[in-house]
Amino acid sequence: MAGNNPNSKPMNLTLKVWRQKNTQAAGRLETYQVKDISPEMSFLEMLDVLNEDLLRSGQDPIAFDHDCREGICGMCSLYINGRAHGPERGTTTCQLHMRKFSDGDTITIEPWRAAPFPILKDLTVDRSALDRIQQAGGYISVNTGGVPDANEIPIPKTIADKAFDAATCIQCGACVAACKNGSAMLFTSAKVSQLAMLPQGQVERKTRVENMVAQMDKEGFGACTNIGSCAAECPVGISLENIAMLNREFISAKFTSENV
Amino acid sequence: MSWFTKTFTSTIGRKVLVAVTGLFLCSFLVVHLVGNLQLFQESGDAFNIYSHFMATNPIIRTMEIVLVLGFGFHIYEALVLTRRNQSVRKVAYAYNRPQDNSNWSSRNMGLLGTVILVFLIVHLYNFFWRARFGEPNMIPIEGTEYDDLYSVVVQSFHLWWYVLIYVLGQIALGYHLYHGFQSAFQTLGLNHKKYTPAIQKFGALFSIVVPAGFAAMPLYFFIKDVVL
Repeated sequence: MAGNNPNSKPMNLTLKVWRQKNTQAAGRLETYQVKDISPEMSFLEMLDVLNEDLLRSGQDPIAFDHDCREGICGMCSLYINGRAHGPERGTTTCQLHMRKFSDGDTITIEPWRAAPFPILKDLTVDRSALDRIQQAGGYISVNTGGVPDANEIPIPKTIADKAFDAATCIQCGACVAACKNGSAMLFTSAKVSQLAMLPQGQVERKTRVENMVAQMDKEGFGACTNIGSCAAECPVGISLENIAMLNREFISAKFTSENV
Repeated sequence: MSWFTKTFTSTIGRKVLVAVTGLFLCSFLVVHLVGNLQLFQESGDAFNIYSHFMATNPIIRTMEIVLVLGFGFHIYEALVLTRRNQSVRKVAYAYNRPQDNSNWSSRNMGLLGTVILVFLIVHLYNFFWRARFGEPNMIPIEGTEYDDLYSVVVQSFHLWWYVLIYVLGQIALGYHLYHGFQSAFQTLGLNHKKYTPAIQKFGALFSIVVPAGFAAMPLYFFIKDVVL
């Protein structure tokens, strides 16, 4: 069966990979050849094959982030052929398969590039700036008790759905990587609006948005200019509506909160 | 820093200032365009009377100061944000395909704004400066002497390179408005599935009609008097 599928033919590829020893070192693109890559492999498995080759020949393997390899954790990054998570929309790198490429292709692989995401080694970057934004206010401190009965807390279905959509953000940082301005507003907006829409999030609603935006600015992320590349590259489809909501929440909080 | 200063020096606060001043400048474009339609009146009297009114009416003179402030804040805040944004990606991507996820005008607002600013300086020097501080010829209309600004405009638009500057300036304005108009609403948090599609359609129309209207003026006089 597989033999009849023209897509199942093994591929030979040229890879241009960003190599950088550590945060301080200067990096550069190195060229590698990989042979007999199955189209059924995921992009990360293809990199595993290359790393095995490098190890066998006594070279330093390429460092890249990965964990669950099923599109849930947000660890895998990689700027592939000029796009965050590669050419396919709505996927993480681990969900990108080699059948999207052709035999003989040259693939350029770079790390997320933004000053608040310092490169640790090769393709891995430190994304803890996003953790610090989350820590600045992305939580609720009310006691929510045990699991409530269904429909005990009145939330309209449309609002619950929107809050859930915002909550699907996996904090991968593709929005920052794809943004011309290196802005983290899609990420921050998803976290802010998720909680602002739900009753449990009301207690800290104003302080939350003020603190999270302050932290976002402090980390050195850029300012959104509504280009929309973030939402286009987001693997879980976080909508630009969230950024509008963040702006709304921020300005109204600034003018009405108790924080002078 | 007071809460007020903190608000308007934050990234979102600065964005809001750019959006509010941007929409204000859009309203100025409409007034400016409608007023200048007087140029299409054959005799030039209407335009000269209108220019005299604009230069002397106290309300217009006051709004002139507001307008200068509007331009000033729009340019200053946009510059601060652009510089910040440029500093975020110190090492550029070796291979980047932004055209796959966003449109050109949205990524080049700074460049478009700079072209518009250059146009604005040329435009102000030639018309505003000469109208206010120069000494144009006088022309009698119904017994009163008026500055003959109509002739200044018409003669300027007989120069091909001057017409070209205008047309290029308006093309830049069109692209700037195409992104800017709808973007301002998004920045102000005004995004709703009922209204956003209409705002985007109106913005697209606005970005064509207004620059086309302005560009029609130099083209009209150049084609009428020089080409034909």
